[in-house]
Amino acid sequence: MPEYRFVAEGFEDAVRKFEEQKPEAEVKTQFVIPEKDFNTAGKGSSELKNLLKRLGVDSVVLRRIAVASYEAEINVAAHSKGGIMYSTVYDDLIHVRFEDEGPGIANIEQAMTPGYSTADDLVRELGFGAGLGLPNIKKNSDAMRLVSAAGSCTKLEFLIYFAKIS
Amino acid sequence: MILSDLVTLLEGEVLFPEADLDREVPCAFASDMISDILMCTKEPTLLLTGLTNNQVIRLSDMIDLIAIVFVRGKKPLQDVIEMAEERGLPIITTKFTLYRCSGLLYNAGLRSCKI
Repeated sequence: MPEYRFVAEGFEDAVRKFEEQKPEAEVKTQFVIPEKDFNTAGKGSSELKNLLKRLGVDSVVLRRIAVASYEAEINVAAHSKGGIMYSTVYDDLIHVRFEDEGPGIANIEQAMTPGYSTADDLVRELGFGAGLGLPNIKKNSDAMRLVSAAGSCTKLEFLIYFAKIS
Repeated sequence: MILSDLVTLLEGEVLFPEADLDREVPCAFASDMISDILMCTKEPTLLLTGLTNNQVIRLSDMIDLIAIVFVRGKKPLQDVIEMAEERGLPIITTKFTLYRCSGLLYNAGLRSCKI
């Protein structure tokens, strides 16, 4: 299946190590995202931010995690038949994964282009549909992976480290 | 500038009575698109917008908003006002346009939020 992968400069070794070693998770949570439910959409990210705040994560990093997660959560609500958000907190980073029920992204490269949007009128009226969702997730993540095709489910995951890698 | 000065300058109406108007406002951002607003991850900011749905309040769970000013005379529904109240997030409405509000605040020395 077509895939888009991004690792921020300087994080290549850390991400490779994380993928190889598969460390033990500290906390795991999951949250259901119903289709086109803009009363619920965003609650998962809001709860995740509160959890990380209690764990003492720095406020700028917290905002980056919350924004990336919120954009992904809105994408699932706005563009798919619904899905689930899985968050796994490790000692030094968070991994968030979104899996939806389709209908998938026909052209991943196009979807990653800032300003490109397939949002419908309902979604646009609420202030979404700027075509910046996926670019915003990339901008705030240290690593990101998006797997999708027309007619399939979409999987999106990202990693954000709690501290700068020296 | 503190929030109460801003309310006077914009001839605004505070939408719930117990709002904390002594908050210092260091910077501002103005947009009607949610993804644009989510660019403000570097510092807490004032938001000026014409959006009045519940997702605008939910944004304040993600980025740190000092207060929200609804422009062009817009007023959110009661359940949205209550969401702001629960969060202790001051919300203000003004009849001025987004352009006019931005100009007035900029002239009064309020800088743009870092993005």
